[in-house]
Amino acid sequence: MHDERDITVDYLARVEGEGALHLELRDNEVADLKFKIFEPPRFFEALLRGRRFGEAPDITARICGICPVAYQVSSCNAMEDAAGVAVPDQLQRLRRLIYCGEWIESHALHVYFLHAPDFLGFASGIAMAEFFPDRIEAGLALKKVGNTLMTVLGGREIHPINLRVGGFYRVPTTAELEALVPDLERALEIAVETTRWVSGFPFPQFDRDYEFVALRHPEEYAIHQGRIASSGGLDIAVDEWPDWFHEEHVEWSNALHARTSDGSSYHVGPMARYSLNSALLTGTAREEAERAGLGVTVSNPFQSIVVRAVEMVFACEEALRIIEQYRRPEQPSVEVSPAAATGHGASEAPRGLLYHRYAIDGEGLITEAHIVPPTSQNQLSIEEDLRAFVPGHVQLPDDELQWKLEQAIRNYDPCISCATHFLDLTVERR
Amino acid sequence: MTTPKLAVWKFASCDGCQLTLLDLEDELLAIAGAIEIAYFPEATRSVVAGPYELSLVEGSITTADDAARIQEVRAQSETLVTIGACATSGGIQALRNWADVNDFVSIVYAEPGYIDTLETSTPIADHVAVDFELRGCPISKAQLLETIDSFLRGRKPNIPAHSVCVECKWRGTPCVMVAQGIPCLGPVTQAGCGAICPAYNRGCYGCFGPSESPNLESLAGWWRRLGVGDADVVRALRTFNANAPEFREAGDVYAR
Repeated sequence: MHDERDITVDYLARVEGEGALHLELRDNEVADLKFKIFEPPRFFEALLRGRRFGEAPDITARICGICPVAYQVSSCNAMEDAAGVAVPDQLQRLRRLIYCGEWIESHALHVYFLHAPDFLGFASGIAMAEFFPDRIEAGLALKKVGNTLMTVLGGREIHPINLRVGGFYRVPTTAELEALVPDLERALEIAVETTRWVSGFPFPQFDRDYEFVALRHPEEYAIHQGRIASSGGLDIAVDEWPDWFHEEHVEWSNALHARTSDGSSYHVGPMARYSLNSALLTGTAREEAERAGLGVTVSNPFQSIVVRAVEMVFACEEALRIIEQYRRPEQPSVEVSPAAATGHGASEAPRGLLYHRYAIDGEGLITEAHIVPPTSQNQLSIEEDLRAFVPGHVQLPDDELQWKLEQAIRNYDPCISCATHFLDLTVERR
Repeated sequence: MTTPKLAVWKFASCDGCQLTLLDLEDELLAIAGAIEIAYFPEATRSVVAGPYELSLVEGSITTADDAARIQEVRAQSETLVTIGACATSGGIQALRNWADVNDFVSIVYAEPGYIDTLETSTPIADHVAVDFELRGCPISKAQLLETIDSFLRGRKPNIPAHSVCVECKWRGTPCVMVAQGIPCLGPVTQAGCGAICPAYNRGCYGCFGPSESPNLESLAGWWRRLGVGDADVVRALRTFNANAPEFREAGDVYAR
């Protein structure tokens, strides 16, 4: 007689968007595993056709309410590439600054509200508040500083209005940025405390050999610009993305699966960035990473929460550094004149590499758009993690196994709203 | 008196409007004390069974499954409030309403047969009775707080329907259209954002949808005088509230 088990999670919680997992076990072996994204498609790549090139940042921001700046920066980079325009460094510093705000806001949400509850056995961050009121209040304060940074620079925290192809509509005064310093200094202290707290969580023994892919920049921990690098030795310009990666469409998911050109999975996000670029972290972030016991690379996906905390330390320090060196640019933007061309753009969304490509015509209208969000790229890696994780944990009762698998998915901070062009968890034991 | 139960539902959307609830950093724990967060998958894996006294609904209806699911949500909800441009007008994904959805599917997906979608993206109120619609792309934190507070006190939410122009005057922002010749949708767009765009030297782009009795014909005339062609007027009206009746009708006029 076969031992058959079915475990089902119809609607995965504490992720952004709608997804599900189906797992079938037969005699404790994985018979079938599908990570499904049933988030309804919204067809951004189609609806962008015929729009003006300058509309791309505002329209693509609506792909994701949690990381709109990532969409705005990647689309601006692509349009500026198409037009052959270089945006001056002072304006690039401001893009990096608002991006620091998005990393803080998004990572604080994930660390405190979406991921920490798994390690401590709570259903939610709000349920944790009763037992760890000081922690949750500190997490909210940290998140708020990220949002404040986005609001001052972007006009509002969700779908900021101030980024445009060529720069900004309005650049902040020195006084407006200096007013943020006390909040950022407090946020830096909280981020350091957060790193020390989460590095003490119980992590399952689970290491994987990932191909990490992230932006890399010679002088700084890459966020808003850089070349695409991998742990396997890839080092390419952003416009070479199509030569090295491709997407495929599988029946069970509304999110396309990205693979490297040789067909393997790869891993984007904080662990990839850290593993490729940790030497470029700011001083306190490097010290805290070492204190937390992170090596030169991180291969246990459950430890991604520690890397996110380290990146919050980094983002606070980096924001303070940019503000200290800020001199208000004379012009908020440079003029971008469209010509018929194709442009490529990438940046590091909180969840990982976000690639955009657009073709525009001589009138400046978009004729083709291609957007590859981080969660599409991580989908295969998530499935492989689950396949690798199950055999060592089949002895767990269904409800505990289910929770652990959910946690393994949340390691990636998947953004399903983004990837749908992506959770419900089903485990069947047969 | 028992604590009322809150449910937060998602349909086709970017998650930004429900994130607004979590972005109320200073008020979140007080809200969680006044109303039981019973169903909110983005924030918690625990589910408390309905019925729910207050449901916040984000997103538009774009699949047959979702058209059926909203009926179940309505049946479990005493008060149903839609939040954001997707839920109140159909969102940016309503641009399919002017196209052949099969073309859209085949542009994005290699295997169109795997995709199950409706030809249109429609607001929640096209499918079920809605008690209150909270506009915005995204919604305003202050207006969300006002909506929850008014529900808890059993009063009507105080959400003005006047235009963004009023907020520019309150804010002391000189009119960008008059002073700088920048095309602006402020005169026909409902207030609520705080008139951010003009304060950052750009024209309003209509996130909160049509204001009360918008004079779109007059506005289009002014835009033409600023040298804006009809195709760009149509693009401006067809964004996040493209399917809101006043914007839809005016967009169709200038598209001819």
